Amino acid sequence: MKKFAFTLAASAAAVIGISSAAQAADKTKVCFVYVGSHTDGGYSQAHDLGRQQVQAEFGDKIDTPYLENVPEGPDAERAIERLARSGCKLIFTTSFGFMDATVKVAAKFPKVKFEHGTGYKSGPNLATYNSRFYEGRYILGQIAAKTSKNHGAAYIASFPIPEVVMGINSFEQGAKSVDPSFKLKVIWVNTWFDPGKEADAAKAMVDQGVDVLTQHTDTTAPMQVAEERGIHAFGQASDMIAAGPKAQMTAIVDTWGTYYSKRVHALLDGTWKSEQSWDGLKDGILKMAPYTNMPDDVKKMAEETEAKIKSGELHPFTGPINKQDGTPWLKAGEKADDGTLLGMNFYVEGVDDKLPAQ
Amino acid sequence: MSIFEAILLTVITASTPLVIAALGELVAERSGVLNLGVEGMMIMGAVAAFAGAQMSGSPYVGIVCGIAAGALFSLLFAFLTLTLVANQVATGLALTLLGLGASGMLGEAYVSVPGIRLGEIVIPGLSDLPVIGHVLFRQDLIFYLSIALVVGVSWFLFRSRAGLKLRAIGDSHGSAHALGIQVIRTRYLAVMFGGACAGLAGAQLSLVYTPQWAENMSAGRGWITLALVVFASWRPWRVLAGGYLFGAVTILQLHAQAFGLGIPSQFLSMLPYAATIVVLIIISHNRRTTLINTPASLGKAFVPER
Repeated sequence: MKKFAFTLAASAAAVIGISSAAQAADKTKVCFVYVGSHTDGGYSQAHDLGRQQVQAEFGDKIDTPYLENVPEGPDAERAIERLARSGCKLIFTTSFGFMDATVKVAAKFPKVKFEHGTGYKSGPNLATYNSRFYEGRYILGQIAAKTSKNHGAAYIASFPIPEVVMGINSFEQGAKSVDPSFKLKVIWVNTWFDPGKEADAAKAMVDQGVDVLTQHTDTTAPMQVAEERGIHAFGQASDMIAAGPKAQMTAIVDTWGTYYSKRVHALLDGTWKSEQSWDGLKDGILKMAPYTNMPDDVKKMAEETEAKIKSGELHPFTGPINKQDGTPWLKAGEKADDGTLLGMNFYVEGVDDKLPAQ
Repeated sequence: MSIFEAILLTVITASTPLVIAALGELVAERSGVLNLGVEGMMIMGAVAAFAGAQMSGSPYVGIVCGIAAGALFSLLFAFLTLTLVANQVATGLALTLLGLGASGMLGEAYVSVPGIRLGEIVIPGLSDLPVIGHVLFRQDLIFYLSIALVVGVSWFLFRSRAGLKLRAIGDSHGSAHALGIQVIRTRYLAVMFGGACAGLAGAQLSLVYTPQWAENMSAGRGWITLALVVFASWRPWRVLAGGYLFGAVTILQLHAQAFGLGIPSQFLSMLPYAATIVVLIIISHNRRTTLINTPASLGKAFVPER
């Protein structure tokens, strides 16, 4: 909120400043919009680390203001438009919920370049980028299936958007590949960021006998509960080992910096084009935190799977896979195409939950 | 520990901040002041409590800091609305926004710092009782305080002379003033009591509920307490019952999902607010109860004739 207000004020000042002062022009403004705080310990912090990496790499050539805690909805549109007016040449909007707002503002400002993170709508000056989180979640599923004593895990989920549904399915696929009787329980908290509610969900699951937790929300509260209750968990977006030194087995860590750097280069070279980028473990945009708190054979299995995914030998969504109700989805050997994955709105067989109506 | 006990324990943790903050707001509203800044005071309490505990190494110092921060922050509201006669609704909203922003700034150094959990106080003998022993008599200080506050506020409002005066001010500040009761001074104290309670509720969030500091970690609980005061029709014991009902709904909907009951989670999350609307309809339908319970001067500015 504070940065939000400060940056808004700074942006307003910049609008006035740029028209009069010539020296403002030598720094290219690359701007970022976060849904959470830049120190949330999770998703938004991962993006901010990417921003800091770019700022360090380009030094005096660029300026990287950011807005944080921007609510998804009409406020997002105002915030993005404010940035566009303030002289940003390239704007990264980093959350799925900013998609429609970014599309609208991009149409209004054809000279400004936009990149929307984790969405699927693009335009001539609007690129999309995403990370193949599901590759990491497949490994998490395998580890869970090997380490859970009750053949099951709980998935603390935010909202039933394709990204989350895909993550649940990939986790289940990985788990089933090791333990066919594995059951994945899903618990929806309808928020990305509410430490209390995420902790409540984690406690409810542990009280019902779950011994492995995974989360698709942004705070470290579930990891903290896992640590206190002596069970295992996986970090999300950032390495959460500080919150769960005994609990965290690994985490899927978003490392956006490489991508941001590539795109800023393209902007400065004048070679920026609207693309739809979707990289994964192979390209290093997604990394696994060190494998800890697990037996050596499980660690070895995880490392092997990671290598296989990187080499392209293993795709988490390779048939035969049935949908939850038993109807066939992928034939033996068939791989899911990206379009289906990005719009995923059904569960695969084995997920113990009913998908909320969308 | 049975699952029943486990659920009760989590319900208590989720309900305690709601009960405490709502009690504070109840006292302020009974004196005729509508302070919509509960969310802001709560988050200030949360960050101050976390910082205090970190700096001193003691969660009890944290509690004191939380209470003090809430009370001081509410003093700002009291000064603006009671002395400068600013609009209460607008000032309360501003207090929430200011609190959310300021706490983020003050708490920046404490993000991702492992928190200090407030320990349990075991009451000998009683804690060995089956089922309720573990749930009720093996709790942290803030839980015991919340129960003491309900008893204390209830006694104060309806059994003490000062409480009678406070309610008189809330019902008709003009008449109370004419009778020589100190309207402004009483309201200052009531607002600060509300702030102290909101601060204590915030301390519970960052020392008990999830011992960590995260920006915006109050996540709308301050707004729930405002609904809770209305739900309770300005009665302390009903605040206790309502707070536990609201907390139980939150926890039970999570368990319902885990058990695989097909109730949409959004529906259950909405229930506390729906219940508040129903209560509003009922109490405004029955004019007699409305007159008895709602402070008639609520939200109205008092400017003494000089």
